[in-house]
Amino acid sequence: MSVLVDKNTRLICQGITGSQGTFHSEQAIAYGTNMVGGVTPGKGGQTHLGLPVFDTVAEAKEATDCNATVIYVPPPFAADSILEAVAAEIPLIICITEGIPVQDMVRVKAGLKNSKSRLIGPNCPGVITPDECKIGIMPGHIHTRGKVGIVSRSGTLTYEAVAQTGAVGLGQSTCIGIGGDPVNGTNFIDCIDMFMNDPETEAILMIGEIGGTAEIEAAEYYAKLDKKKPIAGFIAGATAPPGKRMGHAGAIIGGADDTAEAKMKKMRECGFVVAETPAMLGEAVKKAMAA
Amino acid sequence: MNIHEYQAKELLKSYGVAVPEGRVAFTVDEAVKAAEAMPGPLYVVKAQIHAGGRGAGHFRDAADDKGGVRLCKTTEAVKDAAEAMLGNVLVTKQTGEEGKEVKRLYVTDGVDISKEYYCSLLLDRATSRLTFAVSTEGGMDIEDVAEKTPEKIIKVEIDPATGMMPFHARELAFALGLSGAAFKSAVKFFGALYKAYTDLDAEIMEINPMIVTDKDEVMALDAKVSFDDNALFRHPNVAELRDKDEEDEKEQQAHEYDLSYVALDGNIGCMVNGAGLAMSTMDIIKYYGGEPANFLDVGGGANTEKVTAAFKIILSDPNVKGILVNIFGGIMKCDIIAEGVIAAAKEVSLSVPLVVRLEGTNVEKGKEILNSSGLDIIAASDLDDAAQKIVEATQKSSAAA
Repeated sequence: MSVLVDKNTRLICQGITGSQGTFHSEQAIAYGTNMVGGVTPGKGGQTHLGLPVFDTVAEAKEATDCNATVIYVPPPFAADSILEAVAAEIPLIICITEGIPVQDMVRVKAGLKNSKSRLIGPNCPGVITPDECKIGIMPGHIHTRGKVGIVSRSGTLTYEAVAQTGAVGLGQSTCIGIGGDPVNGTNFIDCIDMFMNDPETEAILMIGEIGGTAEIEAAEYYAKLDKKKPIAGFIAGATAPPGKRMGHAGAIIGGADDTAEAKMKKMRECGFVVAETPAMLGEAVKKAMAA
Repeated sequence: MNIHEYQAKELLKSYGVAVPEGRVAFTVDEAVKAAEAMPGPLYVVKAQIHAGGRGAGHFRDAADDKGGVRLCKTTEAVKDAAEAMLGNVLVTKQTGEEGKEVKRLYVTDGVDISKEYYCSLLLDRATSRLTFAVSTEGGMDIEDVAEKTPEKIIKVEIDPATGMMPFHARELAFALGLSGAAFKSAVKFFGALYKAYTDLDAEIMEINPMIVTDKDEVMALDAKVSFDDNALFRHPNVAELRDKDEEDEKEQQAHEYDLSYVALDGNIGCMVNGAGLAMSTMDIIKYYGGEPANFLDVGGGANTEKVTAAFKIILSDPNVKGILVNIFGGIMKCDIIAEGVIAAAKEVSLSVPLVVRLEGTNVEKGKEILNSSGLDIIAASDLDDAAQKIVEATQKSSAAA
């Protein structure tokens, strides 16, 4: 078992004929991901990387029976692509695109409500279940199949977590990059829930950053769970200087708990093993599992 | 992206948000002329820098402790205020000790205030909705209010499916206890603010104080407005308002190459891919007793040119006594990084120790390029090793200098 994606995932790529879409689709196919098609408006009927290209997501779904889509379209058009996939009722939408305007995402978030879709991202590395399905831009070869479910806001820091959980011999069940943007589709709590219900996942590693309060909410949520799996975590940015900000509005709306220190303190209180440095991620999971 | 108060008010005014009459001035002469063109009998001279707390701030090297917002009763007084501010360094709570040089002034007409309020509009990350926050405690330190009397801050969130409706604006105006003409004026004010925010892809709009005048008109007496950088592509008129004087020179260069760079006080230069890993690299340098000189995220799609530019920016900081390159390649290919590092090191004749840690896509190719370059590069096997090696090498090179 695993979460979100596995060998039964039938993936299409929106933006497949672009340079990013092409490069990462090639990599996904080479990894063994079951890609069944792509979408580029105006290029329907063509074949790219041996896959059929469609004009619309709805057509692609009709023809390929896909159950997931990955989006590599440029930021000005990404929100439109996500909402097209929502309208076509694709169950899993993974948006890699970085730099989408916040208000576009506010609209997307509203469009996702009561829909049949789950969005991962945007501005994220994607989702991988090692040896079964790689969707996104992560280097596949660093992963090893195993016991740890990883959820992270950061891209490259997730790779660090993957390398370290591999090095201590635990491996990963599924790794989910939820993205670093202020508005995203899936949060830490959603992922913790999925990992709790996945028999293969024996421990969870949650990697956050300064800013926002998503980690605080996730820690509080975890503390209230009846049945718990071991959990470790890390927050990047303990030494980041306070941002040069204007005014105080962010602090009023966002709350004052958005520092690394406040987040790590709350996580410890809620039963997380918090890694002291980003080089101790693997050790922290081991410690959580031994406790 | 931040803009100045006078720019914010001009934008807001074009959306129907009432603001006192005002003009920007770059010279003392312009400041006096601006005042002369206004009805008076009261003028306000306001220093234009990208930081709050101007009124309570003070000028470095000044004999008095007057701040960056001054009330003037005559145009003579406007002249004196302008002379005291222009070209001098204003230090406020938000600028830090180094302060900021005042290069622009905003001269406004004085208005009669019957009451001050607080109003802001921004995204609430917890709900993913635009949210107004208003308070009767205007003009005060609103963070203090939020901490001590949170019940005095009223929040109204806007459902993106409907956008702002009149009832939202009424809710805000009722919450502030307004009535009659002031109530009507406030409803119009909130609606105009929301329209400006959404049309222009703002990030934060903060009006503190928002005032009711003696004529029951609601006005923005101050305005702090920032914009979503990711949306500037659709607002060229807003992008033009960027004031490069407000940015560090190295940060400007980084901006040109689309690199994310923040200057810090330490002596270990860092080049990393990904913001999370870049912050973590700073964290671990500090853990081992070193001090990072900068935050630098080269991003995912960097090429040799970009890496070379990043390297040069790091080295243009005279405090840098050692450099750590930490790359975990996903989209970023390690061989590209290696070529960039070599090109840059040769171009600037590198004289400080360089530790490189490469991992991920094309790592073997990258390592081979570095090894055969003939450059004196200290290779690191992982993050821990890299941090320890750069801290040690930098301590040695600082001691030798």
